[in-house]
Amino acid sequence: MNQYAELTWQGLWKNNPGLVQLLGLCPLLAVTSTLTNALGMAIATIVVMVCSNATVSLIRQWIPKEIRIPIFVMIIAGFVTCVQLLINAYAYGLYLSLGIFLPLIVTNCIIIGRAEAYASKNDLLPSAYDGLIMGIGFGVILLLLGAVREILGQGTLFSGAEILLGDWAKSLTIHLIDFDQSFLFIMLPPGAFVALGFILAIKNSVNSRVEALIEPPVEIEKPQRVRINKVS
Amino acid sequence: MKSIISKNGLILAGFALVISAIVALTHQGTKEKIAEQETKQLLRILDQVIAADSYDNELYKHCINTNSQQFLGSSHDQRAFVALKGNTPVAVAIETIAPNGYNGNINLIVGIKANGEVSGVRTLAHQETPGLGDKIEIVKDNWISSFNGQILKDHKDKRWQVKKDGGQFDQFTGATITPRAVVQAVKNTIIYFERNKEQLFNGTARCGAKQ
Repeated sequence: MNQYAELTWQGLWKNNPGLVQLLGLCPLLAVTSTLTNALGMAIATIVVMVCSNATVSLIRQWIPKEIRIPIFVMIIAGFVTCVQLLINAYAYGLYLSLGIFLPLIVTNCIIIGRAEAYASKNDLLPSAYDGLIMGIGFGVILLLLGAVREILGQGTLFSGAEILLGDWAKSLTIHLIDFDQSFLFIMLPPGAFVALGFILAIKNSVNSRVEALIEPPVEIEKPQRVRINKVS
Repeated sequence: MKSIISKNGLILAGFALVISAIVALTHQGTKEKIAEQETKQLLRILDQVIAADSYDNELYKHCINTNSQQFLGSSHDQRAFVALKGNTPVAVAIETIAPNGYNGNINLIVGIKANGEVSGVRTLAHQETPGLGDKIEIVKDNWISSFNGQILKDHKDKRWQVKKDGGQFDQFTGATITPRAVVQAVKNTIIYFERNKEQLFNGTARCGAKQ
């Protein structure tokens, strides 16, 4: 279980793909103009990451080292195409609004990065879990950025949720602020950069405090076993 | 050396085969559903530009290719759907492009009744500025329905402009180019309709639900 706790900690905070590794900036900045779009992208990315990590881990002993990258790319591209077809078939509204960004998941470096760095060296379950938690870590940042940009840009939350979740979700839409004119800058990509910059700054400023909160319990166990007070 | 290369090549080919097979299977499995979704989407849009109770044919199947660089904004074939009641044409929905949007082409569909009255206009695709030019979408703003019931008297009808240019259509605060392009495109579509009425109404349906 310790391995999983460590993976969770790495994926959600310490090594968060969106905030620390800064991988996959293209989808991160392009689709986060509303919370709904961010949610759709987050789900699609998580599904692809879990599937690709699991597959890579399953077949890792048959992949020769020299050609591992092209094989990873093929696997990821295959899954993305499948996910795209499935969204096209069963969530057509979302397909219309995510449009060209779905195929872009292929180019999201987090996915190939995790396949290369983790899944190709570890067993099936930890790899799938790593994909899930890294996907969630990325998804949380997508949602955060989407929420901030939607509130500041349009004064709403979850506008267009019915496209993703069906008609019942219309009631999810919350009007927080009424603007005569939406705040254009935040809705456009430069606004995404600025918002991401602020989130990064906040993360960095509270980083040491959060790490102090979380990491001691992990470290206490080690000294108990080896009976030395080692500071890593 | 040679054997390693051929072995790796074979492995790569094997993976390519398996993955292609998976994608092909998914494609097979979702093909019908996707076609159905596209038809549904097309129907939903057609319903918005031509009142569903005014015709009784299968509108999305009665489709004619149109092509006019001058009036429809593209040298490629676009579709026009003809609505019939009995066997009399009552309306037509013409796909058109406004080539002079603020940020490239704006794809529109214009519903026109047989007497030349506009029954509805919808935006199909555009890349206008979010928050400003995207008010041409019905989900963002009601502006596009200001075309409903309008008639183009002649080709020099002054009312078919935005208010800033002396016409009757509102422009958006901070965005004049987008509505100007849309108004002009709708006007051109009506002119095209008037000039090609016969051909549109008497042509045989050539394209099915899919393009």
